[in-house]
Amino acid sequence: MSDIGRTLATIVGENYVSDKKEEAYFYARDPGLMPDHKPDYVVLPKTTGEIQKIVKLANKEKIPIVPMGAGLALTGLVIPLKGGIVIDMKRMNKIVEVNERARYAIVEGGTSQGFLKAYLEKNYPRLRHSLPDAPPAATIAANVMIHGQGRLAQQYGFNSDMVSGLEVVLPSGEICHIGSSSMSSDWFSKGAPLPDLSGLFLGWFGATGIITKLALRLYPKKKMRDVDIFITDNENLVPDMIFEITHTEMAEDVLIFTQPLPMMFKDNHHVSYYITGDTDEEIEFKRKMLWKALERFIKSKDGGFMSVPPLMKPTLLEMPQRSASRLADVKKGGGFEYSGPIIMVEKYPECSRKLVELSGKYDLAYSGMVRIIGRGHCMMFGFAFTFNRADSDMMDRTRKALKEISNYVLKIGGVYWKPTVDEQHLAIERMDPNTRNLMKMIKDNLDPNRIMNPGNWEVN
Amino acid sequence: MYKLQFDTNLCKNCPTVDCLVKCQYIDLDKDKAKEEILKISEGKDSFVLHDCVTCYGCEEYCKRGNHPFYLITERRQEKGMLTAPRAITKQWINIGEPRGKFKVGDIKKKILSFGFMPEFLQLVQGRLFDDVMPSYVFGQEFFCNVVYIHFANTLIIKGRLPKVLDNFRKLDVEEVVCMHDECYGAFASLAPAYGMEVPFKPIHYFEYLYNRLKELSNEIRPLNIKVAYQRPCSSRLSSDKHHFVADIMQLIGAELVDRKYQNENALCCGDMFGMLSGYDLRHDVQTRNIDDMVDNGAEYCFFNCPACQNTLSEKVAKRGIKPAHIIDLCRMAIGEKPEVEV
Repeated sequence: MSDIGRTLATIVGENYVSDKKEEAYFYARDPGLMPDHKPDYVVLPKTTGEIQKIVKLANKEKIPIVPMGAGLALTGLVIPLKGGIVIDMKRMNKIVEVNERARYAIVEGGTSQGFLKAYLEKNYPRLRHSLPDAPPAATIAANVMIHGQGRLAQQYGFNSDMVSGLEVVLPSGEICHIGSSSMSSDWFSKGAPLPDLSGLFLGWFGATGIITKLALRLYPKKKMRDVDIFITDNENLVPDMIFEITHTEMAEDVLIFTQPLPMMFKDNHHVSYYITGDTDEEIEFKRKMLWKALERFIKSKDGGFMSVPPLMKPTLLEMPQRSASRLADVKKGGGFEYSGPIIMVEKYPECSRKLVELSGKYDLAYSGMVRIIGRGHCMMFGFAFTFNRADSDMMDRTRKALKEISNYVLKIGGVYWKPTVDEQHLAIERMDPNTRNLMKMIKDNLDPNRIMNPGNWEVN
Repeated sequence: MYKLQFDTNLCKNCPTVDCLVKCQYIDLDKDKAKEEILKISEGKDSFVLHDCVTCYGCEEYCKRGNHPFYLITERRQEKGMLTAPRAITKQWINIGEPRGKFKVGDIKKKILSFGFMPEFLQLVQGRLFDDVMPSYVFGQEFFCNVVYIHFANTLIIKGRLPKVLDNFRKLDVEEVVCMHDECYGAFASLAPAYGMEVPFKPIHYFEYLYNRLKELSNEIRPLNIKVAYQRPCSSRLSSDKHHFVADIMQLIGAELVDRKYQNENALCCGDMFGMLSGYDLRHDVQTRNIDDMVDNGAEYCFFNCPACQNTLSEKVAKRGIKPAHIIDLCRMAIGEKPEVEV
């Protein structure tokens, strides 16, 4: 092992650093379609202090570092494009504190979604967090870093909106607290009433610092949960339906899916919304309000509630849902990737038509998966394709379809979510020059040596 | 041969006009009822064509051999009237499309037909069926398609049913025990009425159950429970078999509670109403129906149609009534413990 390797071993311990080929192989790629690139070292620190030392070493030696959660973004955000050190955060998985009355949890930067969910279910059954439909190993910090969305997105926005404090190791190696925790032991706010500095880190994919702790808002967990599915064959009406549903303020999560298979889903758009309550009466009241809100579409025969058999409900109510993983194997090769731009709900009709057009053009199996964010403020429209990893032609066609979507999204006013490096370049090009300059100033000041996840959000 | 006849003269002379007067979902006196049914028979528009909720009840109410529900269905189809939202109709048509995923057991001369209701794969267990099973068919290829009368679409039935009959023909079976009323109705009456030859003898599964219970009568231990029956819409298509419900309950020692919404006056489960018209009708019908079960002391609500069971199981259970399929009750009576929790 090199000097750098030996130094890293003194920081994290010999068992938690590697420059071996087999580890490098895995850390060189993610489950998506991006080309691989090997790191020089992989380290698994246990403490913020160890991360500080690693960052200081990297700064001194000008070695790139890539902080990594579970590596599940699919868009190559933790592929070490310029080699260097991948900092795998999974050993930093402690739940530091749960404040039940103020409804927040402080967790370490490698804590997984599944761990927090299980911990709350066991110890705080009246609290929940906005669980994304990612595998349970996905980390909370990485999810807010990419502005993920979860089961409470319709009610409370992006998961990053639910952050109420950060502890960050800056590229210089200093530890910085963001929000109320910068001057109090209480982590109730990431900004207000102070200047909100969380934006210096959230959405930057680790290019401005490493989140070592964060506070996440928790929300009431009701005893019961149910789901209804309203379907229409007219995509043009979906935005109106979403407007009516969100107006009631009765729904928890609101999703839309459209896909040609199985046959029961063919030809239609499915708006599924969830209802929660502590009593049957509460559930029934909410259901009534929601059904009434959509009644005009039933009367005009433009939409209706499909029968959801008990056999289907466990799948729909499961958190996180495994249906995406099932979709990934439709072509029997475990390949799945989607482009999920954040876009206005009124763009649903054209997005769904584009999805069908591209699946035909490139002969790909598809699914449109939408999550409403806020009260119809915007949505994540997932253009999802499944492919066989053993079929290079199919993978190439998927890449082409996704590239077309990248261009299309900008044309219709969308913004990339967890963009690939190529999409980041497109976004930066399109950005207001003053905004671009501001980003550059931030990056220049925070990371002058360009060691933090280089290749990502680079403004030159 | 059975005919889906409709003789206007029979209606003109009808002293009761029960077809519409007895309708649970449209309020009509005799004079208005006669006016509307005659309008329908003459091909004119009627509010009944718009308001009919497709409970199939009028098929049973008419004792004069006319077929008012099939007439309403044909008229709606002729006029292009949608009974349900387009998306719901499309979904149901897509669901019934054969896709080569059928299951065929060890076929003998006598088979059970599950249509494409997967619930029967679980329900059909134990000694009640051991003289037939595993001789069964399941899947869209053996689906009667009669459900599309809910959607005023007999063209689908007429188009698909001959292929379904061909699939049965290839099996060279002599008797088919139909596990659903629509299936029985299709093969016992609808297909012949459409001029299609049915290459086997259809048997209603109530009749099969009754006969099997008689064979196993020494093993029956009376259940001594009070039960309410959730009669499905489709049983109106084979109302001559409805008596088996009481017969079977008597055999297994279950007391059918005397309630308002039973026999001819039975209320639908409401699932289709939700799809067709929204919240109010579904909620009202389900509430009245379950209240009636509770008020009359039912301990169990038993089902014939798995779709009704899917719709009402949780709701009756929350009111303290145990949901069960009739097959499960019969199995309990011969000392078996159904795998489906009841």
